Amino acid sequence: MKKIVLSLLLALLPVVSHADEGPKLDHVKIDLSDKASLQRGARIFVNYCLSCHSASYLRYDRMGHDLGISDELVKQDLLFAGNKVGDRMQAVMPVADGKKWFGVAPPDLTLEARYRGTDWIYTYLRSFYRDPKSFSGWNNTVFPHVAMPFVLYEWQGEQHAVFRTKTIVSHEMKNGKPVTQVSTEQVFDHFVLAKPGTMTPKQYDQAIRDLTNFMAYMSEPTKLERIRIGVYVLIFLAVFLVVAILLKKEYWKDIH
Amino acid sequence: MQKLLTWIDDRFPLSKVWNEHLAQYYAPKNFNFWYYFGSLALLVLVNQIVTGIFLTMNYKPDAALAFGSVQYIMYDVSWGWLIRYMHSVGASLFFAIIYLHMFRGLLYGSHRQPRELIWIFGTLIFVALMAEAFMGYLLPWGNMSYWGAQVIISLFTAIPVIGNGLAQWVRGDFVVSDATLNRFFAFHVIALPLVLVALVFVHLVALHKVGSNNPDGVEIKKKKDAKGIPLDGIPFHPYYTVKDIVGVTVFLMVFSAIIFFAPSFGGKFLEHDNFIPANILSTPLDIVPLWYFTPFYSMLRASTTDFTHGMLAVATVLVAGLAFFTKRGFLAKLMSVVIAAVLIVGMFTLQAKLWGVIMMGSSIVLIFFLPWLDRSPVKSIRYRGSLYKSALTIFVVSFILLGYLGTKSPDAVSLVLFKNVTWAQAFTLVYLAFFVLMPWYTKIDKTKPVPERVTFK
Repeated sequence: MKKIVLSLLLALLPVVSHADEGPKLDHVKIDLSDKASLQRGARIFVNYCLSCHSASYLRYDRMGHDLGISDELVKQDLLFAGNKVGDRMQAVMPVADGKKWFGVAPPDLTLEARYRGTDWIYTYLRSFYRDPKSFSGWNNTVFPHVAMPFVLYEWQGEQHAVFRTKTIVSHEMKNGKPVTQVSTEQVFDHFVLAKPGTMTPKQYDQAIRDLTNFMAYMSEPTKLERIRIGVYVLIFLAVFLVVAILLKKEYWKDIH
Repeated sequence: MQKLLTWIDDRFPLSKVWNEHLAQYYAPKNFNFWYYFGSLALLVLVNQIVTGIFLTMNYKPDAALAFGSVQYIMYDVSWGWLIRYMHSVGASLFFAIIYLHMFRGLLYGSHRQPRELIWIFGTLIFVALMAEAFMGYLLPWGNMSYWGAQVIISLFTAIPVIGNGLAQWVRGDFVVSDATLNRFFAFHVIALPLVLVALVFVHLVALHKVGSNNPDGVEIKKKKDAKGIPLDGIPFHPYYTVKDIVGVTVFLMVFSAIIFFAPSFGGKFLEHDNFIPANILSTPLDIVPLWYFTPFYSMLRASTTDFTHGMLAVATVLVAGLAFFTKRGFLAKLMSVVIAAVLIVGMFTLQAKLWGVIMMGSSIVLIFFLPWLDRSPVKSIRYRGSLYKSALTIFVVSFILLGYLGTKSPDAVSLVLFKNVTWAQAFTLVYLAFFVLMPWYTKIDKTKPVPERVTFK
């Protein structure tokens, strides 16, 4: 009986989950109709990301068309990795090299925004910090021990991470007796900008927002179009519904 | 025109079929909201077949190409994104409609005599649909597709002796691979759709033989006029065709709203982990099936060793008790003893995982027996007593909560007080009890007198 009461009481205690619930993500406002932001994001993506990462489901001319950039300008400003504007956006670096150099092949990023979410991308790209113990010299609070070196460090500068000690109290049953365990864990607290980069933090956040915005576009280029069409479809159906109801009423008026 | 019709009728029973199934098929005039879902299910089936045909034109059932070909449909094929969303959202809504359609049966006793076969064909459709959805989900070859299939197929390994061989035979490989993808493609695009269409056909043939039930559970064929037409019946066409147009339009509004404004439905219809290709080296953090499977997934995960042993012990005692107290003959007693013995042996020899599979399986098998488990003298909930009403309410709440818990980690606390797995065990018991105890609570339930004719305002 005592055992049952104890286990019931234990069930009432707040449960401490040891599974990591993931880092706290900063929210980023996505605006797919902001063409200027998308164009700036595209430029960053093509210049910095596309060296190693592909966006192989998207084609250059499609991107240019959606973002309001002419084929000529795409060829002139953005087409470094491909040959023709109709090409898919493939990484400059061959996949095998990536595997050799970084241990993992850099993933295709076309659908990254739908896989991880835009908040994740936005926070991740702003969460690199110096870590001499890591392979590339950089570490990341959102993606610990990530293989990717921090390619935008010239812009952001060098961040250092400050950790604080967190005490974890957990309750569990051991041999029928409640046992309370206390352990400590280092958790991330905040960043310190040790060496400023070429951009102010505000400018850097803006640049990453543009890039995230572009990646959101890239993950579903038809999004704006589908919403636009959806409005018309629903308006049509709403009108049709009225007709359908009137038709039904007309037919059913002699049924009692 | 008339001449053409005569020409055809002499060679094919066109007018006869039209009249028997539409213009002179008399349906009760008091159908309500719940009677839209049959025609909607048919509509979604057609949607799945038509969009499926167009998807097949660009899809490549090859482990190296499948994921890319789906993205090709999304990025490069004209209107490909719309066709794919219609198919993926359609699949989810198909289940929503089927669940509501089945609930309608429970409300108004549509499974009762003389409609037992309609119910059985319908349940077979449900089973075929689950197989169709499960296999279709592997085809995009996303990481969740891959690991979902891996987990479900590995359930076969719980079967003693032949388990491993069987799982390998189903996969065609030691792991889910190209061979698995190819056979699932074959099942998804041709084998199961044929089965589904055939089952829908016999479901409708059986329905049109006995006639539709209605919210009052009154047989309209008992009261006919001089011409032999049911007094409470109206021709399906035009009355229910025009009414169903209204239902279809409302459904299309919901369908379009999801397709155009939230096709992933917050990760519920298209899961986030399925936006990266299948990767045998990277398991998703939580492997969660799509929402329509989660009630059954919950039951599967509920079967921990303690729980199954407890369940089996209780079941054994009950069955053994039946052997002593049953008024039936020697054969019934012998059967009870044998079943009790099998349960006892199984409890000590089979692993909990297999009992989980058996429990999940029986949760579906029980649905087939509903027409004979229900002993109420009335069909419709309108004339049933509070026992059935409460039982049905608790059952539906449990089923929904099982579905919710199926999306959460078993060890977390998503409801109150207890861990998810504990709640899932409780709701699994409620689910099973709803069926197993049905012969008793429907029999002793206080019913109201059923009117002679349908009520219609």
